[in-house]
Amino acid sequence: MDRFKMIFQYFQSNSESVMNGICGLLALASVKMYTTFEFSCPCLHQYNMAYGLGIMFIPAFALFLCGLILNRQSLVMLEEWKRPLGHRKKDLAIIRYMCSSIIQRAMVAPVVWIIVALLDGKCLICAFSSSVDPEKFVGFDNISTLQVQQLLAKVPCKDDELMRNNTSRKAVSRYLRCWSQALGWSILLILIIAAFLARWLRPCFNQTTLLQARHWSNYIDIEQKIFEETCCEHSRLFAHKCILHFFKSMRQEIQLHSFNLPKEGEGAEEEEDLLHGITDQDQVNKLLKMWYYEKPPLDVS
Amino acid sequence: MDKFRMIFQFLQSNQESFMTGICGIMALASAQLYSAFDFNCPCLPHYNLAYGLGILLVPPFILFLLGFVLNNNVSMLAEEWRRPQGQRGKDPAVLRYMFCSMAQRAMIAPAVWVSVTLLDGKCITCAFCTSVPVETLGNISHASLSKGEIKRILARIPCKEIYDGQELMTNEVAVRYLRCISQALGWCFVLLMTMLAFLVRSLRPCFTQAAFLKSRYWSHYIDIERKLFDETCTEHARSFAKVCIQQFFEGMSTDLVATRCHLTRKASVDAGEATEKLLGITDRGTMNTALKSWHRCKPPLHLHPPALLSGNGWAGEGQPPAHPPTPRRETAAYYSGV
Repeated sequence: MDRFKMIFQYFQSNSESVMNGICGLLALASVKMYTTFEFSCPCLHQYNMAYGLGIMFIPAFALFLCGLILNRQSLVMLEEWKRPLGHRKKDLAIIRYMCSSIIQRAMVAPVVWIIVALLDGKCLICAFSSSVDPEKFVGFDNISTLQVQQLLAKVPCKDDELMRNNTSRKAVSRYLRCWSQALGWSILLILIIAAFLARWLRPCFNQTTLLQARHWSNYIDIEQKIFEETCCEHSRLFAHKCILHFFKSMRQEIQLHSFNLPKEGEGAEEEEDLLHGITDQDQVNKLLKMWYYEKPPLDVS
Repeated sequence: MDKFRMIFQFLQSNQESFMTGICGIMALASAQLYSAFDFNCPCLPHYNLAYGLGILLVPPFILFLLGFVLNNNVSMLAEEWRRPQGQRGKDPAVLRYMFCSMAQRAMIAPAVWVSVTLLDGKCITCAFCTSVPVETLGNISHASLSKGEIKRILARIPCKEIYDGQELMTNEVAVRYLRCISQALGWCFVLLMTMLAFLVRSLRPCFTQAAFLKSRYWSHYIDIERKLFDETCTEHARSFAKVCIQQFFEGMSTDLVATRCHLTRKASVDAGEATEKLLGITDRGTMNTALKSWHRCKPPLHLHPPALLSGNGWAGEGQPPAHPPTPRRETAAYYSGV
């Protein structure tokens, strides 16, 4: 329990950690979604490639958009980009910095999806089983082209009656899975090397601009949050004053119309204050009716 | 229980994470509801379509309405919409903002239901199994069957145990075909929904930011005012009850010593502090001007210690600026010691 609390507190400590947390959660959700999803290749020549490549790229794009939507900083960046100039100049370096950090974080979940799909192999087997060269495999050489196409299209379906114990199917499947996994691992390696180089070589290029951009992008984020909090606090106090005014005006109206306000003496003065001079059922009903039919104007001066 | 409490505390820590948490919970609940539901295709020619499409479309509609019913702010919206004008004008932009934010939240569970249903494939398989192209996928010439017979056989595709048309069309081929189409539709639907959400979120700062700030402020204000009014009324009712009971006992017997409650005189002190904290903004027009100028004309990043927030047009700020701001390049002014 303490551990959870610490993890939550750590992630909420600053907005960058919150965004990293959301990015990690989205990557985990992407893996979970892939394992829950029932991949079912149509095993028809015309549809295989569309299905296979569609499953690899469409969810990745949807996850990318989700990453952009869930990131609060994208709104902040858009507001900063679109605001009128006013008294404060706009610094394009800050906007570029925010944009690049948002896109980097949003790319994590789609990349995880694509790599998991490649390492699993089903997508590529489904998409490219018809494009394999049949002469490389025993069992596909003495048949007409059309039949070869149909047979190859059925390779991803293990349970199909034609393909159930076919050794050439297993050979094609293994071949394609090997390519798929090689591609997956290569992409992973390239990305990790690129990230490593980017981190390592960054201090050589424009470190001071980077520090300034990072500072001011943090500032804009914090300023936005504090403005929202101040607005909330302000509206609470505004509402409080408005309601007190309303009660006071009701009391004045009642004082005008009635002459027998109960004089309780010193001790009950505090209660009377809280009662605002409204001391019987009819007066309370009238107050509630007034509150509904004629809300007070938004003016507490 | 402790874990739930902590999760709720975390989610309530700020408005944004609370809303994200609610959306996530509704999405999970909808997915869980689907997996708990026992799908039973009737496997009869005319009932399949009705059943399949019914399961696809009726529960999302119910979930959408439920999303509105369970939202506490619906009554607030209705109240603000129906109240008489009185001394306070009505702003349709505020009502629109409240309605839009409620509708967006209510749309999540239905969208998740439809996506999960399409990606699972059972509904579409059940609804459209009679429309499978037998000419391309099966052997239409195998037996001379009437159209009605073929339809009856195809209608049994979702029910593997009673399917008797393996010669006409293999069950696996038909199921794979239908499921592939269903999953393609599902992913397209998911993509469409995320693109829509992305456009709605990202186009707002480009067009209506000032109006948005205003609507958001006043809709929060209405909510807070309603809660504060309820609290004040409760306080009033409590004091009323106290005085009433005191009078009753005093009237009944002179032996009871009324307990004296030393309520702190917070009201007047609070009023004094509250006036200070209002920062001189005391009416709607000034607040709107403040919000508009916050967007149109953000203050320069140049804080003069004696005259804070000078020169940005806030009403009630009676002091003239200490000295006119000297024109300096911003980057030079804030060069850190790095």
